[in-house]
Amino acid sequence: MTTTVSAPDVAPSDAEPSPPRKRRRRPSLPYLLLVPAIVLELAVHVLPMLTGVWMSLRELTQFQIRDWSSAPFVGLDNYRVTLDFNSAIGKELLHSFWVTIAYTVLVVGLAWVIGLAAAVVLQRPFRGRALLRTLFLTPYALPVYTAVITWSFLLQRDTGALNHVLVDQLGLVDDRPFWLIGGNSFWSLVLVSVWRCWPFAFLCLMAGLQSVPQDLYEAAYMDGAGFWRRLRAVTLPMLRPVNQVLLLVLFLWTFNDFNTPYVLFGKGAPDEADLISIHIYESSFVTWNFGLGSAMSVALLLFLSVVSGLYLFLTRKARSDA
Amino acid sequence: MFKRRLAAIAVGALLASTLAACGGDDSGDDAKTLTYWATNQSTSLEKDAEILRPELEKFEKQTGIKVKLEVVPWSDLLNRLLAAATSGQGPDVVNIGNTWSASLQATNAFVQFDDATLEKVGGKDRFVPAALAASGAEGKPPTAVPLYSLAYSLYYNKKMFAEAGIANPPTTWEQLVADGKKLTKDGKWGLAIEGAHVSENAHHAFTFSQQYGGEWFDASGKPTFDTQQNAQAIKRYIDFIAVDKITNPGNAEYSQNQSVADFATGKAAMLLWQTVGSQLTLRNMKPEDWGVAPVPFLASPPAGGKKVNSMVAGINIAIFKHSKNQEGALDFVKFMTSDEEQIQLNKTYGSLPSVTTVGDDPAFAKPEQKNTQQTLVTTAAPLPQVPEESQFETLVGTLMKDLFADAARGKAPTEDQIRDKLKQAQEQVK
Repeated sequence: MTTTVSAPDVAPSDAEPSPPRKRRRRPSLPYLLLVPAIVLELAVHVLPMLTGVWMSLRELTQFQIRDWSSAPFVGLDNYRVTLDFNSAIGKELLHSFWVTIAYTVLVVGLAWVIGLAAAVVLQRPFRGRALLRTLFLTPYALPVYTAVITWSFLLQRDTGALNHVLVDQLGLVDDRPFWLIGGNSFWSLVLVSVWRCWPFAFLCLMAGLQSVPQDLYEAAYMDGAGFWRRLRAVTLPMLRPVNQVLLLVLFLWTFNDFNTPYVLFGKGAPDEADLISIHIYESSFVTWNFGLGSAMSVALLLFLSVVSGLYLFLTRKARSDA
Repeated sequence: MFKRRLAAIAVGALLASTLAACGGDDSGDDAKTLTYWATNQSTSLEKDAEILRPELEKFEKQTGIKVKLEVVPWSDLLNRLLAAATSGQGPDVVNIGNTWSASLQATNAFVQFDDATLEKVGGKDRFVPAALAASGAEGKPPTAVPLYSLAYSLYYNKKMFAEAGIANPPTTWEQLVADGKKLTKDGKWGLAIEGAHVSENAHHAFTFSQQYGGEWFDASGKPTFDTQQNAQAIKRYIDFIAVDKITNPGNAEYSQNQSVADFATGKAAMLLWQTVGSQLTLRNMKPEDWGVAPVPFLASPPAGGKKVNSMVAGINIAIFKHSKNQEGALDFVKFMTSDEEQIQLNKTYGSLPSVTTVGDDPAFAKPEQKNTQQTLVTTAAPLPQVPEESQFETLVGTLMKDLFADAARGKAPTEDQIRDKLKQAQEQVK
């Protein structure tokens, strides 16, 4: 677009240089209009991030918090404590890290598969499609707190609806299982998160599918491609740019998810479902050790940046290779 | 061009002023206003505002100082207090949970109530000693003064006790277990427990440990989690589910006052709680159906065991050092701890006065309040008044939640296993 428009402008100016006054005139308004955005970006994102890095190098507990800018500098001590996986603090953090990895892989994978299935099913028009679309989006539209607190009621052992169905109505198990404590708490968390996340995947993939030309499907159909073949050869390759962004966003959201576990389990998440965001919150806010909490946050930030960077690099490479 | 620049400058100025407005100062900037953050003491934030507003108007009439009120939910309060302490901006006067006293004292963000300052609000002797002891580290001037006082009691269902042929409420844990076994039948249970409630677990860890002669911190403030006494104490509490089986295993996941609901609906015959009478009435339990007694002790306490059966629970009121209206803030604290307000507010909330002068008022003559008062005066002790107290609550309370989760699935913890977990928790205190 831009090249075709600018080309005629460039050609005459090469042949016949325009007067210097005209050339020097640079429009400053667009830059000025960007200033508020840049200021806000700095204020909202960059400064707090830098403050976090600064805090992670200090000993910042309740003793220093009032005059926090004078908290003593301790170098990399907080990182040493955080990343010493033989100590109790490091061990707990590492455990929490693995729990979070497992949780993220499961939630992103399941949310994506369910979202894709729903988007593909709803691709062709049929009666009630609009209704189903709206219905599918409900979990995404509900406020987190309301949605998750409802789940916590459903999952209670003695009075929850899930056990009522499993034990009292279907008789599948004799002993009422716990869903909010012990090992099952991890699966409850995965279930609730998938329930909350998949509509977003569905929404993005549905939008992506709109741009797939119908004639590609028709051509594939004429060539005798069945449903799975068309999915693999047409739908997925065409959705590649959408997937690239979608998976990254889902990964980051899920990995950092705080609200779902916090509302589901309250203070003190079960060991089996101790996600890293909650773990860091408890290591800083609840135990008043902000330097240590910041060091954990910065370590997490670095990890997520590296993973995101690698992901973007690899997917871009894969795309240009293709 | 000039016009453009002017426009840009205008945009910039507008932006700057918006940002400045965001970081506005809440605190009263003249002698005629105060900002007060109150805690959630009744059924809702609105209800609290409704209860407090007439009193604040009374204060305004007396002194001409207008009080801006905000009732802060418990889930936000600590974060908001920390933010105010860090930024030096925020309210003048705040309510704090008394277990946070020493931690907040360490921030040095609050006015110290040394003897001279205490004199201005009526003097040291005016306050109930146990309550004042829970307002900062020993030997240092308090960081707040007590406002509402509470303590744990044993609540029991009179009808269920009569049906099981039990004449009196238990006074020892051994009796409680024996009674609990008689009461546990037909889907009903002896004792209800809030097993996933981190703070409440920690409160019981403290009380039981005192009875076994344990301590969570030594005199120099170092954590002493990993002791036999503490392990025994925690085992005693967990065993109600794990060994005695007088508590429904489902209680292991309770953290939203479900145990109060179980007690009110007759699913459990006993409950350990802080002044819960008004809540029971709200849940349609008739006042004549329940009785109240002191929390039990061990039948034969080991050497060093203390006669403590409750923490000193309660709310303190504190003044931020950054307040520009210190005199007005002190007047307000004096007003809130005056005889008249202490009777009025504690009566409404079902708590007890923190001052010694009004304890005999008929408003506090009901058995529940008498029992709480007796406990506070004789057998209650404050939680450790050390800056790391909140770490103790989180670490030990969570560890107990996990132990309850195991116990509920049939895994009774041994003393050694508990000691191992306590050791791990202690290593995380920093």
